Amino acid sequence: MILHPGILALLAGAFAVAGLMVLASWHAVELLARWDLASGSPRQLALERRTYLISAVVGLVLAFQVASLFLFVFTADGLSSMFAGAMCAAGALLANRYGYPALLLGLGNFVLAGLWLVLNHADNLGYDYPLVRRKHGFLLVLAPLLLVEAALRTRYFMELDPEVITSCCGSLFSRGGRTVGASLAALPALPTAIAFYGSVFGAAGAGLAFLRWPRAAAVPLGLLSAFSLVAGLAGLVSYVSPYVYELPTHRCPFCLLQGAYGGIGYLLYGTLLPGAVTGIGAPMLSPFRGFPSLAGPLPLFQRRLAVTSSVLLAVFGVISAWLVTTSHLVQ
Amino acid sequence: MIELVEVRKIYHQGLPDETVAVGGVTLTIAANSVTVLRGPSGSGKTSLLSLIGGMARPTSGRVWVAGREITSLPERFLTAVRRNTFGFVFQHSNLVRGITTLENVMLPAYPLGGSRASLEARAEGLLEQLGLSHRARARAEWLSGGEAQRAAVARALINEPQVIVADEPTAHLDSKASRELMGILAGLRTRGKTIVIASHDPVVYEGAAVDRVIGIRDGRLDGDGR
Amino acid sequence: MRALLERHRAVLDFALSSLGRRKGKNAALLAVYALVVFCLASVVLFTQALRREAHVLLRDAPELVVQRLTAGRHDLLPREWLDAMAGLRGVSSVRGRLWGYLYDPLTRANYTLMGVQGVAPGQIAIGPGVASVTGAAEGDRLSLRGPGGDYEAFTVREVLSSDAALVSADLVLMDETKLRSFFSIASGLYTDAAVSVANEREVLTVAGKVSRLLPGARAIPRAEMLRTYDSIFDWRSGLALLAFAGAVLAFTIVAWEKASGLSAEERREIGILKAIGWETSDVLALRLWEGAITSLSGFAVGMLLAYAHVFLFRAALLAPVLRGWSVLAPDLGLVPYVDPYQVVSLFFLTVVPYSAATLVPSWRAATVDPEAVMRT
Repeated sequence: MILHPGILALLAGAFAVAGLMVLASWHAVELLARWDLASGSPRQLALERRTYLISAVVGLVLAFQVASLFLFVFTADGLSSMFAGAMCAAGALLANRYGYPALLLGLGNFVLAGLWLVLNHADNLGYDYPLVRRKHGFLLVLAPLLLVEAALRTRYFMELDPEVITSCCGSLFSRGGRTVGASLAALPALPTAIAFYGSVFGAAGAGLAFLRWPRAAAVPLGLLSAFSLVAGLAGLVSYVSPYVYELPTHRCPFCLLQGAYGGIGYLLYGTLLPGAVTGIGAPMLSPFRGFPSLAGPLPLFQRRLAVTSSVLLAVFGVISAWLVTTSHLVQ
Repeated sequence: MIELVEVRKIYHQGLPDETVAVGGVTLTIAANSVTVLRGPSGSGKTSLLSLIGGMARPTSGRVWVAGREITSLPERFLTAVRRNTFGFVFQHSNLVRGITTLENVMLPAYPLGGSRASLEARAEGLLEQLGLSHRARARAEWLSGGEAQRAAVARALINEPQVIVADEPTAHLDSKASRELMGILAGLRTRGKTIVIASHDPVVYEGAAVDRVIGIRDGRLDGDGR
Repeated sequence: MRALLERHRAVLDFALSSLGRRKGKNAALLAVYALVVFCLASVVLFTQALRREAHVLLRDAPELVVQRLTAGRHDLLPREWLDAMAGLRGVSSVRGRLWGYLYDPLTRANYTLMGVQGVAPGQIAIGPGVASVTGAAEGDRLSLRGPGGDYEAFTVREVLSSDAALVSADLVLMDETKLRSFFSIASGLYTDAAVSVANEREVLTVAGKVSRLLPGARAIPRAEMLRTYDSIFDWRSGLALLAFAGAVLAFTIVAWEKASGLSAEERREIGILKAIGWETSDVLALRLWEGAITSLSGFAVGMLLAYAHVFLFRAALLAPVLRGWSVLAPDLGLVPYVDPYQVVSLFFLTVVPYSAATLVPSWRAATVDPEAVMRT
């Protein structure tokens, strides 16, 4: 194991997360078993009080998850100098078989965590805990995933071996290989660009449409947002990144975060990810509009989510287009 | 305005030290009136007051406030109802020490997120009405007993509630301060408020402005004066 | 949105005044927090600054250093090797280096003697560590004990600048021919070779060629040297951090205790707040803000103190642990350097455990029953 401050921080955090999630899950199970809103009994009151704790715990965990995703990539990037052949996080993560799974699961958990927060906020809008069961059921799905991610990360760090020779993003994400990265890079340019802009601006547009026609636009918004997440990430790797690096063979999702490129990656990921999550979150709440305690506040919340999603995704699309058109690379 | 039907409050139910604080009370309190619950200490008037003000849940029975049943409301909503409907004055003024009188008055409104400036203006207005403007920036612990209780009344009024609930407000005041306080509380009635006071102080229950005196003994209602 | 901001601002305001009302307890907690951060941050800042110095200094090192191994041990390499390597494609220049270690029984220190051009045979240039341990200054005579046991005297021409102390502390530079005679090394033999490779990407290829061409050759790329330095510094700092793990754990427990122990006054206050209309979530927000203020200010204070400790006071408390056991440890005036990534890592290491530890106690405090206040 490499004793490195960033690694120690991530491991300490993973440990804390695991502990807190186990705590929250245990409470969630009890809550699901015993919740009875109409009873007014002391036990029910205690459960109602417990919901505050669970929300606070999960909120802290999720805030940490978001930050630690970036810290994880950064640490891998910093460690890359220890591995022959690695020049950024892309290679460092490949040093053993836990790196990429940990990252991808982390990305997935980010989306799920964001959706949980949306659901939690909606539940708090109603005076009678309308979504409490769904929320805690969702938590019981999310918790094991977070634990697995913590385990994968820990395993990744503990099995890092500097003797291993790994690849750099130049070879990982180049055409002609048999990896997923290579397939991404080998996507033909024009269709990729169309799918990229189409999904991103399409989702942004659907968000605006949702404001006017919430019922009709709900499903398209959700699907387009989900698709924009996938197409956006794939497009960043295969289509946008070469323009940023001004090198047609350099396709890497991680180097965007480095200072050499002005850290533009933060802006890109910081708009795409929350934009997609809010875009999925808004229509996700539509089935609950009929609940009496939510009838008033929920539509307003959904509108806010939709607007946020549109704005973020539009910004993402515009910045990407700007990077492509102002680049010195001509393809 | 406030209606209680067969309300009971039992502490430590099922345990050896089980106490029946309120046993089967049915009561209606009219809007825009001054009602006094009179009884000796230990008679259950504080418990009854908690039930009226939504601070505690009855063991059995139902409570309606402004036409809405609050007995089985989830705690989250109950607090919201209580916050908007009731203002409390306690035996001890229960001001927070270490902050000014003005800040104490503004305290209940902090979580509501209103603009700070308008909140301060409202608080200062209330202190002026209660003759405490000159003590606005004084620390709460420097106020005399009477001043502190008046500040507590101002605090109870900051969110413009419909009902003021006071538990033995004159218990630690001299007779002059007690009369002053009663004058203020009674005066609130003219502003459309409903006042409910629990007290065994004659200055309170013999006050001219009192519409109704309800006797309580051993957790049950006695007679009904006036 | 506006209401949310106003609400938090009001609660934050009250949190600050709340902390001020219990100065003693909170000051103690803040001090402990700052101390823990100070220890961790000192270690991290120090090692990162050292690491960066090493990188900067090694920038001018040759891309490849070639040594000869015989039976697994370091051996002198012959001139033929230099000529052979010079002929390789990609090599821009080859320079044979002559240097060795010398143990001085008087000072019980190890010096590194290096042969250079431009120093007169009877003169030497010494590093700052040598100067301080022998007490020699420019113009003095310094005697060195040769392998045969005889002492030879040299005039100190200059003391090397302490700016490069990290690598020059134990250096003694003398004329190359003089060094040969001092160590009795035959002409045509060198300690190692410094090979310059024009294209950085070719270094590994050239290293491979050298290994194949010259049996027993070990080619060490500069990147490898840097990597080794990094590993050592990281390892040392990680070790030191682990040593403080106990402190972090104890601190977490203290935080839990402090947050759990509600004084009667605090309990009364929370009861009042609940009675006058604050919801559980409002009181929870209050407690969490109090925690946030404590932890953020503790972190800031600890960080600032660590910065002053490492860069103004030259890491007086830590240097012995992290520099190793060398007698000639350089006295380093490190260039102030703060890596944001390290700050973030430290933030995680301290704030996350603290928040986790104070979460449940904060919640417990927030669920105090207001009815209890009515009964006083």
